[in-house]
Amino acid sequence: MLTKTFKRGVHPLHNMHEGKSATRDLPVREYVSDTVVISMAMNIGAPAKPCVKKGDHVDIGQVIGEAQGFMSVPVHASVSGEVVAVDSIPSLGAGNVQAVTIKNDFADTWVELHPLGNVEQVDPKAVIPAIQAAGITGMGGASFPTHVKLTFREGATCDTIVVNGAECETHLTADYRLMLEHSTRIVDGLRAVMRALNVPKGIIGIEDNKPEAIVAMEQACQGRAGVSVQPLKTKYPQGGEKQLIEAITGRQVPSGGLPIAAHVVVLNVGTCAAIADAVIDGKPLIQRICTVTGCVRKPSNLMVRIGTITEDIIGECGGYSETPGKIVFGGMMTGIAIPNDQMPVFKSSNGIVVLNEKQAKSKDESPCIHCGRCVAACPIGLNPYQIKVAADKSDFAAAEKLHVMDCILCGSCAYQCPSRRWLTPSFKFCKDHITAEAKAKAAASKPQPPSGDAARNAATSKDVDSMGKQSAGHASKQKGGATK
Amino acid sequence: MSLRISTAPHMHNPLTTSRLMQNVCIALMPTVLVGVYAFGFPALMVLAVSVASAVVSEFLWQKIAHQPVRVNDFSAILTGLILGLNLPSTAPWWMAMVGSAFAIIVVKQLFGGLGDNFLNPALAARAVLLASWPVHMAASAYVKPTFFEAGVDAVSAATPLSSPGSYTLMQRLLGQIPGTIGEVSKIAILIGFLFLVCTSTISWRIPVVMVGSVYVFTLLIVGGGFESALIATLSGGVLFGAVFMATDYVTSPIRPVAQIIYAALIGLIIVLIRQFGNYPEGVTYGILLMNIATPLIDRFLPQKIYGYQKKEAKKA
Repeated sequence: MLTKTFKRGVHPLHNMHEGKSATRDLPVREYVSDTVVISMAMNIGAPAKPCVKKGDHVDIGQVIGEAQGFMSVPVHASVSGEVVAVDSIPSLGAGNVQAVTIKNDFADTWVELHPLGNVEQVDPKAVIPAIQAAGITGMGGASFPTHVKLTFREGATCDTIVVNGAECETHLTADYRLMLEHSTRIVDGLRAVMRALNVPKGIIGIEDNKPEAIVAMEQACQGRAGVSVQPLKTKYPQGGEKQLIEAITGRQVPSGGLPIAAHVVVLNVGTCAAIADAVIDGKPLIQRICTVTGCVRKPSNLMVRIGTITEDIIGECGGYSETPGKIVFGGMMTGIAIPNDQMPVFKSSNGIVVLNEKQAKSKDESPCIHCGRCVAACPIGLNPYQIKVAADKSDFAAAEKLHVMDCILCGSCAYQCPSRRWLTPSFKFCKDHITAEAKAKAAASKPQPPSGDAARNAATSKDVDSMGKQSAGHASKQKGGATK
Repeated sequence: MSLRISTAPHMHNPLTTSRLMQNVCIALMPTVLVGVYAFGFPALMVLAVSVASAVVSEFLWQKIAHQPVRVNDFSAILTGLILGLNLPSTAPWWMAMVGSAFAIIVVKQLFGGLGDNFLNPALAARAVLLASWPVHMAASAYVKPTFFEAGVDAVSAATPLSSPGSYTLMQRLLGQIPGTIGEVSKIAILIGFLFLVCTSTISWRIPVVMVGSVYVFTLLIVGGGFESALIATLSGGVLFGAVFMATDYVTSPIRPVAQIIYAALIGLIIVLIRQFGNYPEGVTYGILLMNIATPLIDRFLPQKIYGYQKKEAKKA
């Protein structure tokens, strides 16, 4: 198999099937819980505003949170039943977010849907509004509103849609199962976007540790115009937006720019399937596949409704097999550790990994021995050990000079560091600080509230990565909220 | 339920600093065994004293300076071991002790401890011993290994460097030549090298380029044909230095191209010292000089960062 890839990177658990063996052969099964808690802040940008109140009856697919501006998406009820609370819950970052709690009546009544029909015949102009109305955000982890991604500035051109089926994070098999079980849906979603943007080429990138998925997707691509599959080398962060573009097209996204500057748009396979649901069936995004693995008795790939509580999901998976030490939303490399198991599932939650107490223990930093493993790992070509020196001194100017703003926070350097230095957290701190400073400066010189476009730029220049950055994503959510 | 929260990544490569240092210690074991077998009890004595002195110095310094005690990271043990292997078996015990203490306290700790020393501690200590007690350090102190000829030959022997024709290639490979405890058996060193590369503790680059560079520059500068260049390359501490000292993380460059420049220049300096200098051996100074140049090489080598190249230039 002829595979493509990017430079450097790491390969965690390379002798253990990337930790995926527990769930890779398990078909997706559906799980619907009694109660869902649906967060209003599930996208980068402004959170939605609740438009239901306690005691209301809602149907599946009903809008319960209205989008606030362009850089925001609506939120829909994922079950039918009664709204029992509209209050605030702790967010994954700092502070609280509003959430709507719905008690499921299991009647499964849907709101009236407006399907557009076959993606090859649909009016191209209707696709992006349908995506926006369906509340679709990037499902690989970054939660970027998809309709914003597909709306270009004047003059920008796109010649290739790259679909991310790499699933380079360890342990996760949600995208893999989706590619096996719903391959046609993914191609449908891709075709809808290609027609909407009038792009001739769509390439689906899949790591070569998933040969079955490559075959399934190749079959699904047969007879469809302009779409193909590109096998990729199994390596982390192969699914990082910049790395994927480099591997598949040989182009690089200019520093500080968006993929469109390289004439590419990157969509996750999950996002493509959600787009197909929105266009063909008119269904909003109310559920997703989530891999539950680690210290649970029955590791699973579950189709869960958005807002399902972690505790219920763990219960569905047979409970904890050991005393949990840490629960990670997303993958081990970029996921975010949740404070308790009452946290609900978000649109971007592609996995829940439970670690035991031993795995959860973190070691103290020891001195840097200049072994160079971070440099050899960095997919961007930075010198992480030097940036860390600047970061430890809070010398943000020096860190910026060392290109900390180009860091995609993939965690490869920190994974490799034999001295267990907190490289990635320091870089995130630097990036947040520098962005906040630049924002404050811009606000001081131009006091108008940012337009949708400006808000989009602010959020994207900060988070060019779209792979699994829940942590980064949630931080910017608050930033995005603050600008409103 | 109390859950730990921390930022990503939530997993790490199991290779820790202590593990890396242990790997180097393990890689040194064949050399240690051959050295002790060849030179007998005095060699064991020298090694034991230098390791013990390094560990005690590190412990005492960290206690006195109120620093966290990191003796268990194996770095002091390694420094002591490497210094000991750099001494002749006839070295007096107090010299090994002073050398290790100097390496740890002056070269390593006074410059900031692990990771901040700009010279390889063991090598710098060796250079100091060489300058302070030349009688005990120079070739005159070398004895022939006892297992080479029957009976102990305590008379100082000609070093293979000053009389290149006196030993066969096989004798050089096996370690049947006079020299410091660690440098004599090239085969033991090569086993260590393979272990280090296989456990990805070090890359092959510095050792291979450095040894290759000594060979090529000997051919070019000294002349005398391929075989004599090979013998010169296998003489003295070139191999030991290339595998265990030039590869010290702290004092060698990080990026591959920088490592190649660094290793090639060490080779050149060694040949220049051997040919034109007063010392028959140049490995110590070759490596030390390039240790000093390491930050310069690291800094001035252009860095290729994603997103700064012209995208047309990289059409795949």
